[in-house]
Amino acid sequence: MTRVSEIMQTMEYGPSVEDSTAVRDWLSRRGRFGHFINGSFTKPGQTFETRDPSTGEVLAHVSQGTEADVKAAVRAARRAQKGWAALSGTERARHLYALARHVQKRERFLSVLETLDNGKPIREARDIDVPLVARHFYHHAGWAELRDTRFPGLAPLGVCGQIIPWNFPLLMLAWKIAPALAAGNTVVLKPAEYTPLTALAFAEICQEVGLPKGVVNIVTGDGATGAALVKADVDKIAFTGSTEVGRGIAQALAGTGRRLTLELGGKSPFVVMEDADLDAAIEGVVDSIWFNQGQVCCAGSRILVAEAVAERFETLLRARMARLRVGAPLDKSTDIGAIVDPVQKDRILSICRAATEAGAELVGGQSQDGCFIAPGYLKNIAPANPGAEQEIFGPIATFSTFRTADEAVELANNTRYGLAASIWSESATVATDLAARIKAGVVWINSANIFDAAAPFGGYRESGYGREGGAAGMLEYLAEPPVRPARDAATTVPVATPERATTAGQGIDRTAKLYIGGAQKRPDGGAMYAVPGGLAPLGGRKDIRNAVEAATKAGKWAAMGGHGRAQVLYFLAENLAARADEFAGRTSPSEVEAAIARIFHYAAWADKFDGTNVQAKAGHLVNVLPEPYGVIGMTCPNAQPLTGFLSLVLPAIAMGNAVVAIPSQTDPLPVADLYQVFDTSDLPAGVVNIVTGARSELAPVLAAHDEVAAFWHAGPPQERAAIDRAATGNLKPVFSIQNRDWTGPQAQGEDFLRHATRCKTIWMPYGALPAGSGSAAY
Amino acid sequence: MNNPGTDLRLDWFQNVRINTPAVERRAATLPARRSLKKDHQAAWLLNAVRCIDLTTLAGDDTPDRVARLCAKARQPIGADLLQAMGVSGLTTGAVCVYPTMVAPAKRALGNSGIPVASVATGFPAGLMPLDLRLAEIRYAVDQGADEIDIVITRAHVLRGNWTALYDELRAMREACGAARMKAILATGDLKSLENVARASHVAMQAGSDWIKTSTGKEGVNATLPVSLVMVRTIRDFHARTGIKVGFKPAGGLRTARDAINWQVLMAEELGRDWLTPNLFRIGASSLLGDIERQISHHVTGRYAASHRQALA
Repeated sequence: MTRVSEIMQTMEYGPSVEDSTAVRDWLSRRGRFGHFINGSFTKPGQTFETRDPSTGEVLAHVSQGTEADVKAAVRAARRAQKGWAALSGTERARHLYALARHVQKRERFLSVLETLDNGKPIREARDIDVPLVARHFYHHAGWAELRDTRFPGLAPLGVCGQIIPWNFPLLMLAWKIAPALAAGNTVVLKPAEYTPLTALAFAEICQEVGLPKGVVNIVTGDGATGAALVKADVDKIAFTGSTEVGRGIAQALAGTGRRLTLELGGKSPFVVMEDADLDAAIEGVVDSIWFNQGQVCCAGSRILVAEAVAERFETLLRARMARLRVGAPLDKSTDIGAIVDPVQKDRILSICRAATEAGAELVGGQSQDGCFIAPGYLKNIAPANPGAEQEIFGPIATFSTFRTADEAVELANNTRYGLAASIWSESATVATDLAARIKAGVVWINSANIFDAAAPFGGYRESGYGREGGAAGMLEYLAEPPVRPARDAATTVPVATPERATTAGQGIDRTAKLYIGGAQKRPDGGAMYAVPGGLAPLGGRKDIRNAVEAATKAGKWAAMGGHGRAQVLYFLAENLAARADEFAGRTSPSEVEAAIARIFHYAAWADKFDGTNVQAKAGHLVNVLPEPYGVIGMTCPNAQPLTGFLSLVLPAIAMGNAVVAIPSQTDPLPVADLYQVFDTSDLPAGVVNIVTGARSELAPVLAAHDEVAAFWHAGPPQERAAIDRAATGNLKPVFSIQNRDWTGPQAQGEDFLRHATRCKTIWMPYGALPAGSGSAAY
Repeated sequence: MNNPGTDLRLDWFQNVRINTPAVERRAATLPARRSLKKDHQAAWLLNAVRCIDLTTLAGDDTPDRVARLCAKARQPIGADLLQAMGVSGLTTGAVCVYPTMVAPAKRALGNSGIPVASVATGFPAGLMPLDLRLAEIRYAVDQGADEIDIVITRAHVLRGNWTALYDELRAMREACGAARMKAILATGDLKSLENVARASHVAMQAGSDWIKTSTGKEGVNATLPVSLVMVRTIRDFHARTGIKVGFKPAGGLRTARDAINWQVLMAEELGRDWLTPNLFRIGASSLLGDIERQISHHVTGRYAASHRQALA
């Protein structure tokens, strides 16, 4: 039999290997790479090898960035920044457009290089990564053009340090560099040590298109280089990578006031309802955990299936898994390529081992020669199993079942992470309900792992903070206009045994208390301290605990909707106005007037801080919704105790959050008088909780509380480091607010609302009829 | 072996859920997931030829025209090309004609073993009285047709009248006798993918040996998304009954690339068994010419001109 007739018997696919000659020629011409600093490549320093993980072959030698290299790069970026920011929007747009075009012109080259360095299948590099890179630069060319139109008054941050991971090397570069440049920043980017090559190829593109020197600088190296960049004189760090490293960066930056965005790990739920198109959901699994060898931070790695369809789903899943082809990344018929490095392979296998030792059953998932692992999933896995809790970052999902939609939500949210979720249901009612209830920054309804430059991407919880893509992503690279600073009143150490009482001669004695869960409570420690006008309760750790617990139970507040909350706030203004004279006695008539105006301001906003529908992909309804964090902890300024407190609490509650506030330490009684106003205004119990006392003691406890999802600090800057550090436990973002005139216009506005919310991006592909049938979707 | 069918089982399909964008996405990425080069590509193209129902269904068909088509079915690819690849005995899967052309086709095909398929039941619209449609089947079988490509009453699907559809198909199945039956669903008329899936199930339950997308006369004929939905119902029917029903896309396949894509679909969704003419047919007329050009290029290294290839 001839070869052709033999194949006609077996009907095998045979090899179909993408040609890598051009890339290999380039690599052998370049050999050893220096860094890309100030528009040119430096002489290679001490180098390390970067390998093709599928063969172990050394591809190139790349320089290990030193502290001096990082400093030189930051200096270059600093020198270039003013000139870059001074270009017109159109001029910056032309540069970004040129980058987009040149990425497209080198599509094949970049795809092959990415596949060689990373081990991902050429199909994915070619059809997903590189087109998205070009799309990102196109989209942000537009933002460069429109920056001043869409973000009037906002300014670039300066120099941004950017550290990216190895799973989507060039795509993550694009996600970092494009918005930074569009906003007028310059960058120093450190690619991952496993995968530095496409970043270096991109550096050549920067030269090719004539990007001004120093606008983009690339320093290669390992974690030490990254640490040097975190320490360097940059205005912002943007990091994508593991939660562990992200937490370390947040700790290192504590108290510096530098901007930080973190896009970290995930253990995203993949929820299959009873009424789902199961075949569609199976393909969703393939696009989730079996995409990029499962090395995807937002992979739907926890498959949760309705019991009613679980058996059939698993049958389909096994059959589909059996048809996946594991093999040479450059082969165009490969579905699953190589794990990026033997270290990662060992890590995946060790988690799988721990999972099976703890009682789970691994289906598939065999280790193969070299850096390959077959696709698989863990079943019969308990929620506390290490395989269920840890991010495996490999082609291994977990498989479990649920009975009802409520249980699905509960299981979905039973994680430290909150990056993404995938929901499968043919009922719009069910799917949108789940999308609202699952805590994740990106929700894909009847889809999985789709990305677009216009659709913000980023996490909740320990998946990090900040968004990449769209207007939300641009805001991460822009600074608010400076506020006119004001001096706050100094904080004195509270004394638990007051020297003199000042309440004499004011009628019946009144006792100020804490305000927890809608009730006035004595402080747990049973002590008071002297403040103007009398005594204030000296709150402690347990009071903070009780206040947070009360706040977590105020969940219905968010569900009341914007109009419902606005009604309560207007009523609050009404009741405060009725007692204006009394409050004026505590503060001043002008402060009370400002307080009432502030309430009106946020009552107005309550139903107007809208989400958007973004132009991501045709046929996809993509909504970006501002969602409340849940519980926000906050410290308030000492001076202007009433407006200071209200300027912080109101935007937070207007957006549906519950608040635990530590009011002015030195003058808390004006706030203590508010309790009755809250009570008479129908503010639900637990929405506002107030603990008075020593701010420097209370704030770190509150900032460390794992139920608290965000923290606002309007106390003195020297207290910030302790708060920042405390907040790294569950990676809550800290909004550090400079003291200002709290009765003035700079103490209100959209910036506060933005910090009171985080974006949830919900994708929903639509289209009833298939292509060619006249559906609007196609 | 013919599909004996089952009783009408509404519960097998009444809860079917199909997410169209997801189907589109799978259909769009499927061809990009598999690639065939050189000898493998040639082999898969020749396999496609094996599966072609070489078709003429035109108002101006004549016995001589049909005879020429049959000659092409017997020698679908130039003998020199096949010889160069060491392949012999290659024919198309069948020829497909109108009932009155069955006899000329049988004559022209002689003892080649190539089956003759006849459309019937008031092709392409099917809006004739049922007794006439059944009589047409019997006529075609009498003329010697080995396979009957029937059309369903689309109204039964659009109105959700599954019993009527099942009964009609059962009667047609019976009229076919020993001939094998292909049920044309006319998916372009059914519009929604859920309708396509439901009609596919009923057709298989009623004993169709193949389910077929289109007559070639609808506004939209075979597409990969529609095919994906149909082959998944074949998978499900097989899982329930152990019966392997075939699939025939028709009217949308024109290029060698199409031939590869549909075979990849069959291989990935159903497996190797569905890459044989017994379970996979392609209803096409112009497709063969493009495949022959690609084969010619594979053998000679030169791009081919169609005037150098034998006309169908």
